Amino acid sequence: MVTLLKNMFRNLARRPATRLYPFEPYEPVPGTRGHLDIEIEKCIFCGVCQKRCPANAIEVTREPKSWTLNPYACIVCNFCVEVCPKKCLYMQPRHRPPA
Amino acid sequence: MLTNVTEVNPSNLHAEVFALQRKGHRFVTMTCSDLGDGFDVLYHFDLNYELRHLRLRLPLKEPLPSISDVFFAAVLIENEIKDMFGIDVQGMAIDYKGRFLLAEDAPRAPLLKTVGVPVDARIRPKQAPEGGQAS
Amino acid sequence: MSRRSIIPFGPQHPVLPEPVQLRLILEDEKVVEALPALGYCHRGVEKIVEKKDFVQDVYVTERICGICSFMHSMNYCQGIETIMGVEVPARARFLRVIWAELHRVHSHLLILGLTADSFGFENLFMQLWRAREIILGLMEKTTGSRILLSTCAIGGVRRDIPADLCAEIMRQLDTLEKQLEEVLPALVKDYSVKKRMCGVGVLPRDKAHELGAVGPVARGSGIKMDFRTTGYAAYGELEFEPIVETGGDCYARTLVRVREVTASINLVRQAVQKLPEGPILAPVKGNPNGETMNRIEQPRGELAFYIKGNGTKNLERFRARMPTYANLPPLLHMLTGCQLADVPVIVIAIDPCISCTER
Repeated sequence: MVTLLKNMFRNLARRPATRLYPFEPYEPVPGTRGHLDIEIEKCIFCGVCQKRCPANAIEVTREPKSWTLNPYACIVCNFCVEVCPKKCLYMQPRHRPPA
Repeated sequence: MLTNVTEVNPSNLHAEVFALQRKGHRFVTMTCSDLGDGFDVLYHFDLNYELRHLRLRLPLKEPLPSISDVFFAAVLIENEIKDMFGIDVQGMAIDYKGRFLLAEDAPRAPLLKTVGVPVDARIRPKQAPEGGQAS
Repeated sequence: MSRRSIIPFGPQHPVLPEPVQLRLILEDEKVVEALPALGYCHRGVEKIVEKKDFVQDVYVTERICGICSFMHSMNYCQGIETIMGVEVPARARFLRVIWAELHRVHSHLLILGLTADSFGFENLFMQLWRAREIILGLMEKTTGSRILLSTCAIGGVRRDIPADLCAEIMRQLDTLEKQLEEVLPALVKDYSVKKRMCGVGVLPRDKAHELGAVGPVARGSGIKMDFRTTGYAAYGELEFEPIVETGGDCYARTLVRVREVTASINLVRQAVQKLPEGPILAPVKGNPNGETMNRIEQPRGELAFYIKGNGTKNLERFRARMPTYANLPPLLHMLTGCQLADVPVIVIAIDPCISCTER
């Protein structure tokens, strides 16, 4: 009984243990893998990212020059970012917002 | 580079497995690979962190005797091998008759090299997929 | 003669983390026999691995399970490194140990929370999962993702942990230990918990050995079997003792897991203090050619991978034997003779990870 009362007063005096979302949104740590983005001006359409992707989510064509990503197939593993020779792919920390 | 491999054939499989059990080995797993003209069935046993293997070369369409009367733990994996490769395993303690892991409309014996189950998930967003992708 | 009835336990059940169906044959509330019906989670991973090349397969093996995912990729990478004769640098081995032990802590806290939930103790379930969030936050800071880390690669690891993050790891582990000190004794010493778990699901030592039990199920029955003592990765340079209990019932297994949480936190501390300098990735050339069988200690037991390569970039055969697969026959033995109300407690005590089992 005594421990119960002690616990109760301690919990009432402390701040809440949970985050008051949406008033305090979560700030992701830099380096978190959220979704994939590309700087299309630097891309040379070599196709290395298409060959290396484990989920076959990237499609690159030489003529016409296009780079397409299937966002539902991408597993955000960061492999394409590491093998890109021009370093034009990068990871954003948040998830892709709904369209 | 497996060490400690002993070659067996279906007639002396039972005797070898029984001898290993008497020495106190524990059954780890069974592996089956499709070699085109036959199957390569491997049995793995363990005693004090040391592995021992038995290799059985099984020609096509030949039955495989079950070891589930010696090691009951083998009954699940033998049912799975029967599902996946279509090998006829005889004398299992519990027999699921070919539907242990696969559903009714799944392809038969999917792990054979000749069965082409497509896994290329290249769904093109511009075309509308009809009836879902078979991936 | 009393009447027999067949009751399906699962595939949807509040206590199961993943779907499995057990057909229980009952005689007036007492279970006489149990038959498993698997196949609800089968994805054909072994066929997918044969179609992709061996570097992409690291990501496929990681996604076999959602709780113990780093251990699968680590075992796969170790198997390929044995076949190809690649030497992993020392810093990479210690980093792998750090992430593997953090994964073990998070997996044990998950299953301890589900154990508390299985007999209705939801408050304790939430408190244990709140403690688990500290570990997931650590994994996100060091690798970028909470569960599917994607850091293991053939020849080492892909990301480094700099010194300030090491200090952060130590601080968070201290916070975690303080939180667990308040919460774990409630699971172990409570009178009602002991009433529900002691003497339930007894597995004697000789039966455990004969049926091939692994992991905490075997260690709870008195068999001293822990693969970390063979010294793969950096475990040869760290000091720890495998934890063995002799009860053989659900309480003994839960006690093994509770003690392993504390032991793993100490292992992470040792590994962070002994972290050497150096490169983190060794270059890998060529294709794997040969076969090997590699085993490590996953949170649920012994994980055995058989990998066979034939010189091309696709593997010839990949076979994964998960610890829950080996623990299913002991489960069928434990369920005979128990009451119907004890079935959820017994099933949760073997730590079922069915998505691992069925790949």
